[in-house]
Amino acid sequence: MHYRKFACSAALAVAGMAMVAASTLAQAQAPEQFVPLLVYRTGQFAPLGIPWADGKQDYLKLVNARDGGVNGVKLTYEECETAYDASKGVECYERLKSKGTGASGFDTQSTGITFAVTDKAFVDKVTVETAGYGLSQSSDGTVFEWNFPLLGTYWTAADVMLQDITKKEKGSLKGKKIALVYHDSPYGKEPIPLLQKRAAAQGFELVLFPVTPPGVEQKSAWLQIRQQKPDYVLFWSAGVMTPAGIREAQASGYPRDHIYAIWWAGSDHDVKDIGAGAKGYNAITLHNSSAHDKVQDDLRKYVYDKGQGTGPADSIGAIAHTRGMMIAMLQVEAIRTAQEKFGKGKALTSEQVHWGFENLNLTTERLKALGFGEIMRPVKTSCANHMGDDWARIIQWDGGKWEIKSDWYQSDKTYIAPLVKEYADKYAKDKNIKPRTCG
Amino acid sequence: MGFFLETLFGGLMVGMLYALVALGFVLIFKASGVFNFAQGAMVLFAALAMARFSEWLPRWFGFDSPVLANIGAFVLAALCMIVVAWLVERLALRHLVNQPGITLLMATLGIGNVLDGAGQLIFGSAAYKIDVGMPKEPLIVLDKVFDGGLLLNTEDMYSALAAAALVTLLTLFFQKTSTGRALRAVADDHQAAQSIGIPLGRIWVIVWSVGGLVALVAGVIWGSKLGVQYSISLVALKAFPVVILGGLTSVPGAILGGLIIGVGEKMSEIYIGGHLGGGIENWFAYVLALAVLLIRPQGLFGDKIIDRV
Amino acid sequence: MFYRENGQFKSSYRADLALFPIAQDRWAMLALAAIAFVGAPLLASDYAFRAVLIPFLILALAAIGLNVLVGYCGQISLGTGAFMAVGAYAAYNLQVRIEGMPLLLSLLGGGVAAAVLGVMFGIPSLRIRGLYLAVATLAAQFFVDWFTNRVAWVTHDSSSGSVSVQTLRILGHSFDTPAQRYLLCLALVIVFGLLAKNLVRGAIGREWMAMRDMDVAAAVIGIRPVYAKLTAFAVSSFIVGVAGALWGFVHLGAWEPAAFGIDKSFQLLFMIIIGGLGSIAGSFFGAAFIVLLPLLLNGIPRWLGLSMSTATSSHLEHMIFGALIVFFLIVEPHGLARLWSTARQKLRVWPFPH
Repeated sequence: MHYRKFACSAALAVAGMAMVAASTLAQAQAPEQFVPLLVYRTGQFAPLGIPWADGKQDYLKLVNARDGGVNGVKLTYEECETAYDASKGVECYERLKSKGTGASGFDTQSTGITFAVTDKAFVDKVTVETAGYGLSQSSDGTVFEWNFPLLGTYWTAADVMLQDITKKEKGSLKGKKIALVYHDSPYGKEPIPLLQKRAAAQGFELVLFPVTPPGVEQKSAWLQIRQQKPDYVLFWSAGVMTPAGIREAQASGYPRDHIYAIWWAGSDHDVKDIGAGAKGYNAITLHNSSAHDKVQDDLRKYVYDKGQGTGPADSIGAIAHTRGMMIAMLQVEAIRTAQEKFGKGKALTSEQVHWGFENLNLTTERLKALGFGEIMRPVKTSCANHMGDDWARIIQWDGGKWEIKSDWYQSDKTYIAPLVKEYADKYAKDKNIKPRTCG
Repeated sequence: MGFFLETLFGGLMVGMLYALVALGFVLIFKASGVFNFAQGAMVLFAALAMARFSEWLPRWFGFDSPVLANIGAFVLAALCMIVVAWLVERLALRHLVNQPGITLLMATLGIGNVLDGAGQLIFGSAAYKIDVGMPKEPLIVLDKVFDGGLLLNTEDMYSALAAAALVTLLTLFFQKTSTGRALRAVADDHQAAQSIGIPLGRIWVIVWSVGGLVALVAGVIWGSKLGVQYSISLVALKAFPVVILGGLTSVPGAILGGLIIGVGEKMSEIYIGGHLGGGIENWFAYVLALAVLLIRPQGLFGDKIIDRV
Repeated sequence: MFYRENGQFKSSYRADLALFPIAQDRWAMLALAAIAFVGAPLLASDYAFRAVLIPFLILALAAIGLNVLVGYCGQISLGTGAFMAVGAYAAYNLQVRIEGMPLLLSLLGGGVAAAVLGVMFGIPSLRIRGLYLAVATLAAQFFVDWFTNRVAWVTHDSSSGSVSVQTLRILGHSFDTPAQRYLLCLALVIVFGLLAKNLVRGAIGREWMAMRDMDVAAAVIGIRPVYAKLTAFAVSSFIVGVAGALWGFVHLGAWEPAAFGIDKSFQLLFMIIIGGLGSIAGSFFGAAFIVLLPLLLNGIPRWLGLSMSTATSSHLEHMIFGALIVFFLIVEPHGLARLWSTARQKLRVWPFPH
């Protein structure tokens, strides 16, 4: 009796150990690259966060389904809900940073979480990819070794908006009045240094209207705008503040075609429900996130038609969704570039992927092959330039859909470069960072 | 002068909208002694229900008319709020009958969390639309008298009218119907009301239902203004100073408080805010309410707090 | 039978008034201290430190501060986030503007600044009571929210409006690793916890409790309401300010004003209600509950292998959180501390029923 029991349990133990051994062996044979997905599908900014998160996950699924991963290395991912809260973001970061062979890069989707995570990223040697948000001065790679504000920063956006306005005003803004209605937080205050610089240089008056978050009630700001009659309003909002602001602009009679919104305030969900009331509302895009290209067809073919899509099928092509895909694509290409150096078909560490981020070279042909030819222009990063090449276009809502209204713009480096240097140097001094030398 | 009047009107209209949310607080506090921190979540839940049902009903039943969809959605949303009220009374309030105020306050915070989560789980956390046909374009009057004319926000005016109508209805309900009388009796003295046979549990369900319906109207009006999304529950934070300024137990106090806070907010932001860098209206409303409380600690029309030592 | 006072005789007033009169309690506390100081640094992972233990300690400290005000003195305050913010920013300014400022002094300076603000916003409590006071303290919350965003001086003219702290250094020894930071927080929490416990056991604590129970009667027997209420605000805000400074310096490292918003105030209020109003140990229980519960609720679907969208799990987490709060309030309105002390009481007389 005893012996039978003993024999049974011994057999089970051996079988168990064999299974564990087999599974670890099996795992060892299929390398996987882990991509953490910090998202906010709830909270104040959920309408923006949901398509963004869907876009990121969809692209990773597409790469796995269409290409079999990156050179055979499958991409694994895990979503972590932050609800835009810094503390939750830190918890997600801490939990996911060493998963797999190391987190490939963190797109925190939030300026606040980026602040909290940047210092830790220095120590943990993990990339923080902040495409289109974060600190504008972090494009200086000598100081911000681990931050990558790819494709464009808020200074890019402000600069391009002013360029378009200058074009509309036949080349001169002298004597004009430009108002900035902004989310009263570091996110909203980002463009102010650049705007002040340009105001001094071009001779226009800059008027500031902060709106206390969450910005549900903006009557005072727009009543003052009605009284002071600025020629243009730059709108740096997010979440419910955007539709609230547009509706308030409509209710106070400010012409919507004189409003320029940052890319986070220029998504489909912001204007869809307002419809014709927002007709003429201008927004800026990150590269051209409003375009449609082959990658979206591929997404439909390889992922959605198989029922594997993350969100509803009609979110494909939404601006926020495309932006999410762009961000994920940059992550994947960074992995691929790093694999060129450290070993094709290998699972890489965070530090190795960082090299990939720093040596991105997406040419027109490569972008076309990836299916992003209409959406993006070539991007080349380097040790000193962590932003790559910033391009943007102006789109306008015609009551039913977005239309591309302008040609490609790039930010004017004569304004931006000294500002980046000044703020990056200040940051380095404050934090006792010795800037790297880039060979 | 014209701009001053514009600001004044704008403030009055917005104040009515705040008062609409504040009404919910006052009603529930009046009749059950509970400061309902979940009112914001109730507004969100009701608005989500309205928005989604108005979207789903045409799809389920295959009709086209938006008016019918809106009416159907309103009825369904009202039913939802009544169910919520019943559940709240059954599962939470019944067991917390004699607890001190802070416990009940915390319980409502917990209920608010549940409603937040449940509402977004059932109806979704993206942004949705409520379209009850409110006019969106502004009305400019008196443009011969004032340079540029006076801007009147038509949507806010209609909303203020709706709020006034609601207040009148509620006043009639409280004064003229027997249920209203019973509610007033319960607000006056729970034990005495119970001793003459008024069923306390049912009264509380009615009170919370009425609070829920007020939340629904507020949700429809604010949702039509802003779009329905999680942030709409934060409108309640704007209504707190209204409630404490007017007094926690007074319906006319809520209205008057709303008007004062609305005007105070706008005037302070436009005339003082400029010198301080802007964005002061949020805390100014609270400071204004605080200042009034220092003079009248129970709010303008609230019941005097009597301590029996 | 095992946990009892039998045979433990006190021979001096000092011994009688000890914090832990029962010897078993003293042993248990020593064991806990040993685990906290020695065991945790050896066994806990980086993640446990950064995401669980450090936030737990700092929030427990803030909860102790809030408990002094709400639980012991009965003044409901919803502006705790503001006091944390003032503590954090004041400490940051002291640290950054004064060359060679010791870190501990900066932290304490943050506390002092918060205490000053606390007294200022406590003055209305002399006239306004109950729920009206609760909503009036929200004025403090929103005012500080605005102030830290608007006034560039507060953020040391930072361009982005956010501030960050470099390395933490005390007497030349730098606190870099999570384990070291955890020990720093632990030491501060123990010091302040003991201070708070002794304050509430003393004369001033009794004055606070008298004000809470019936302030008119307290005034009649000679307790000065001004003194009692304002000291409660001052002590509470001091502790909350230090906690805020720790939250910014140690946990976040770099923060923007939104980190100390109204959600934080409500979170702390939840902690002390669930932990137990009027109980220092309760603050710890409440903080542990609030820190661990979301992690557990998030982790359970993962461990069970259920695939749930993060939005769904986040909403469920909210609902379960709210439901648990209501449940606790129904089952034990005096919080986890009361459950704990009931358990201890039962153990004292075990195996007898009473």
